[in-house]
Amino acid sequence: MRRRTFLAAGVAASTVACSRQGSWRFFSVDEARTVETICAQIIPEDRDAGATTAGVVAFLDKQLSGFYKPLRKTYRTGIAAIDRKSVQLAGKKFADLPAGSQLDLLKRVEKDPEIKPFFSLLVEHCMQGFYGDPRHGGNRDRVSWRMLGVPYPPVRGRLRYDLTNPAKSEKPWG
Amino acid sequence: MGLKPVNAVIIGAGAGGGIVAKQLAEAGLSVVLLERGRWYSPFDCRKDDLRNQRTSALGNGFGPDDERNPRVTVDLQGRERVARASGPGYQNNAACVGGGTFSYGAMAWRYMEKDFRMRTTYGHIAGSTLADWPISYQDLEPYYEKAEWEIGVSGDVSGDPFHAPRRKPLPMPPLPPNREYEILHPAAKRLGLHPFDIPMLRNSVSYNGRPACMRCRWCVGFACEVDAKCGTHNTVIPKALATKNCELRTECVVKEIRTNGRGRVTGVAYFDADNRLHVQDADLVVVSCGAIESPRLLLNSRSKLFPNGLGNRHDWVGRNLQGHTYTGAFGLMPTPIYDDLGPGAGIAICDYNHGNPGLAGGAMLANEFIRLPYQFIGMVPAGVPRWGQAHKDFMRSAYLRAIAIQGPTQEMPVFDSRVQADPVVKDFWGIPVARLSGGKHPHTIEISTVMAGKAEAWLKEAGAVQTWRKLSGPGLSAGQHQAGTCRMGDDPTTSVVNRYCQVHDVDNLFVIDASVHVTNGGFNPVLTIMANAYRASDHLVKTWKGRGLA
Repeated sequence: MRRRTFLAAGVAASTVACSRQGSWRFFSVDEARTVETICAQIIPEDRDAGATTAGVVAFLDKQLSGFYKPLRKTYRTGIAAIDRKSVQLAGKKFADLPAGSQLDLLKRVEKDPEIKPFFSLLVEHCMQGFYGDPRHGGNRDRVSWRMLGVPYPPVRGRLRYDLTNPAKSEKPWG
Repeated sequence: MGLKPVNAVIIGAGAGGGIVAKQLAEAGLSVVLLERGRWYSPFDCRKDDLRNQRTSALGNGFGPDDERNPRVTVDLQGRERVARASGPGYQNNAACVGGGTFSYGAMAWRYMEKDFRMRTTYGHIAGSTLADWPISYQDLEPYYEKAEWEIGVSGDVSGDPFHAPRRKPLPMPPLPPNREYEILHPAAKRLGLHPFDIPMLRNSVSYNGRPACMRCRWCVGFACEVDAKCGTHNTVIPKALATKNCELRTECVVKEIRTNGRGRVTGVAYFDADNRLHVQDADLVVVSCGAIESPRLLLNSRSKLFPNGLGNRHDWVGRNLQGHTYTGAFGLMPTPIYDDLGPGAGIAICDYNHGNPGLAGGAMLANEFIRLPYQFIGMVPAGVPRWGQAHKDFMRSAYLRAIAIQGPTQEMPVFDSRVQADPVVKDFWGIPVARLSGGKHPHTIEISTVMAGKAEAWLKEAGAVQTWRKLSGPGLSAGQHQAGTCRMGDDPTTSVVNRYCQVHDVDNLFVIDASVHVTNGGFNPVLTIMANAYRASDHLVKTWKGRGLA
């Protein structure tokens, strides 16, 4: 038993080490943690998955190395600004605050002219990572689509359509 | 540089240019069709919800690209900004073979008779350049019919008592109704309205050698995987190429239209896909680049005889930029009604296009295309925050219960809503970019607000337990319905082209796209662009005499 517990702890520790030490394309470990915590407030977990389970940070990290590359500086300074405000107002970095205080803090700083542009952008991107197609790096296992009840597969028409012989599919919906 | 001269160069392979190419090529003219974008096929349909022509969060699906094609926008406070092609304010349509018709929602409306006589119908509107078209609905009617049968339209307008007289019915029946249709149809009847099946450039049965719609949810903004949507890319352009008289050159960006010392057009200079500059001589040039790029090209074609750009002697090129002011309402039904049956839009009313007391026009109202999950995030009623638990709760409870009704309010043209060539910013090829400025006329906003109320009343009657309106701000509108910037008219001092789309003072230069629309109807404009392209081509071919026009 003790050996098993020890092993389990070892596995857990090495998993953490692997996924948290410089494994991101863009984010530093601390930045990823801050962003993940903010996104967890933007789309919280409840009986359905939230931003964390959907892997929104993975979406952001992927896009910041792709289409959103021009926004890298905005992210870097934006994340730093939120952490700075957090220390200023609550004495701790954002991710170290208890969840309730995190929500309060975001509501307080959301209209702050220094934070507002970045926070709006992050809300928009977070929604993309959560509600967008899993191919973009978020919405892991289609969690948001399952929550909404969007039918699967996403191209239902094909089920009623003979793609090899469209002429036979004269009225595929009939 | 060594390119063989041709009879006609057509710039832009979209709704207008594609049709002109076919008509001229079939009449025996040698044609070069230049397109700045790529040539996609149905197999390029990636069904990418964040990268398409409707939702461009991760870029435009079918052009133009962000890197090489900036524009400058000036807001109502006078603030200038460089806009990227997939970003807000850019007023994008598309850049690819087929243009907007490759990925559109494909509503195929004929304008109504009054839409061509707005000034006569409503009189002078202060602050607006509202005018009549120099042609009437009757002039276009045969060509509307030609577009409907050649390109392919399904639907049934027999339930619409307001439609203008027509000789033939539509070539294809409508798609069977979806759930929204079944709910909205009786509700409209109870209100004394006249609901009917939206005409669509979409095969409901096999037509023109292509199959019927398979009714997936990936419609507006996407390529059609089974090629059931009918655009110029899969109808007239292949026919033009089959004549062997037309050559399509893609990824070619025209720098300027060239003129000689006698004030006639001699051809164009353009950059090919490898960015090499070529000169293509031609007997005539047709500009079909859309209502932003067409005036930009005319304004960038300056010479000693045309110091302010071609067709711009009286400063009308680029003026009266308009689109449609979309307003409407959302309604939540008591139980889920989403049936995943594309395209989603299917039912419309034209009861409010005209005859609204105190209003100079109106809009067609229709139920909206299927909304993919990400598109739904901004459609929340007032009081629901944009993020957090309440937003998630709303998404979860509303998505399958929502119906949207909206319509394109016909806009009052504004002289100072315009396209200019920017004095500073240039694109990748060194060509001055389009500079967009201006806003909507206050009466347009007024009309659109009333239309939103009509939409909301329809949803309430349909049993919605909660409704909220979607209104419009005062900023510029153009987008995919962009129009008006090279106005057609009989008076050369207040218009750019004559009734045959010929630039007033340059007889071998034509503009054939939505730029020539005097007003833009309370409807999606594409069928009118197509009909007018057939009409203008007809005249061009009739007056063509060997190497010039009679």
